[in-house]
Amino acid sequence: MANEPGDLGVLTPYARSLGIELAHWDEGMPVMRVAFDEAVEGRPEHYHGGATGGLLETAGYAALRAELARSGREAMLKPINITVQYLSAGKSRESFARGRITKLGRRSANITVEAWQDDPSRPIATAVMNVLMADSEG
Amino acid sequence: MSDTPRFDPKAATPFLTSRGHSGWLGLKYSSHGEDWVELELPWRTDLLGEEGQHVLASGPILSLMDMASGLAIWKAMDRFEPIATLDLRVDYVRPAREGAAVFGRSQCYRVTRSAAFVRGLAHDGDADDPVAHIQAVFMKIGGKDARGVPNGQ
Repeated sequence: MANEPGDLGVLTPYARSLGIELAHWDEGMPVMRVAFDEAVEGRPEHYHGGATGGLLETAGYAALRAELARSGREAMLKPINITVQYLSAGKSRESFARGRITKLGRRSANITVEAWQDDPSRPIATAVMNVLMADSEG
Repeated sequence: MSDTPRFDPKAATPFLTSRGHSGWLGLKYSSHGEDWVELELPWRTDLLGEEGQHVLASGPILSLMDMASGLAIWKAMDRFEPIATLDLRVDYVRPAREGAAVFGRSQCYRVTRSAAFVRGLAHDGDADDPVAHIQAVFMKIGGKDARGVPNGQ
């Protein structure tokens, strides 16, 4: 990998509980992975839209944390909104997601995220997120 | 097979949330009307969104609203059939209170031949003071679903 991986920090309790983990770094950005098991299943043998959304959201936060760590910034992240587009059904195998910071401001960030299974160029879902960055006190 | 199936969210919810992602979240039936359904997401410390903070992550709220929306659509259509989320937007207007269950209420305001449109809100006890608003579109995907939902036909 060309770039130095950023610092991801600790995953949220929610992400850990759902089984989301860091797969690898790609051009300095974390690629997150979740295995297919009952915790993510919606209709039989398919991902639940909420689980896919949780993976996308976790990858978006991970990308933002990595970017903030690289620029030596510390902030508490608060969700403003997320819009998820479901492109095709998530099948019963592991899924990946990777975020891209479209705009990093002082108080908010705009992040685009893609999730895929076998082929990164054929996403199963994409998301746009706006995240508020509150200065951590102390 | 009856010509006039009646989809009952109260009977279907325990079945649909007995396992899988909804079961993992522990979603429960709360209430419903002609074209809306409300589910409850009980408070759980392993669903928090930031280490050391007692704020529920936004992912479970998205899942809650996705599930409530599906039920609202089946209620509005008065039958169970396979659907898939096409697009879902969640605006998180304030954090949910620590220790509070979150309720997701979704209303299906339009069903066409191939799509269903919903809007809804999440609240932590007072529906007049929501924690999130949502808007979503689902597609009917056809085919049979073998889950055997009560009154799902």
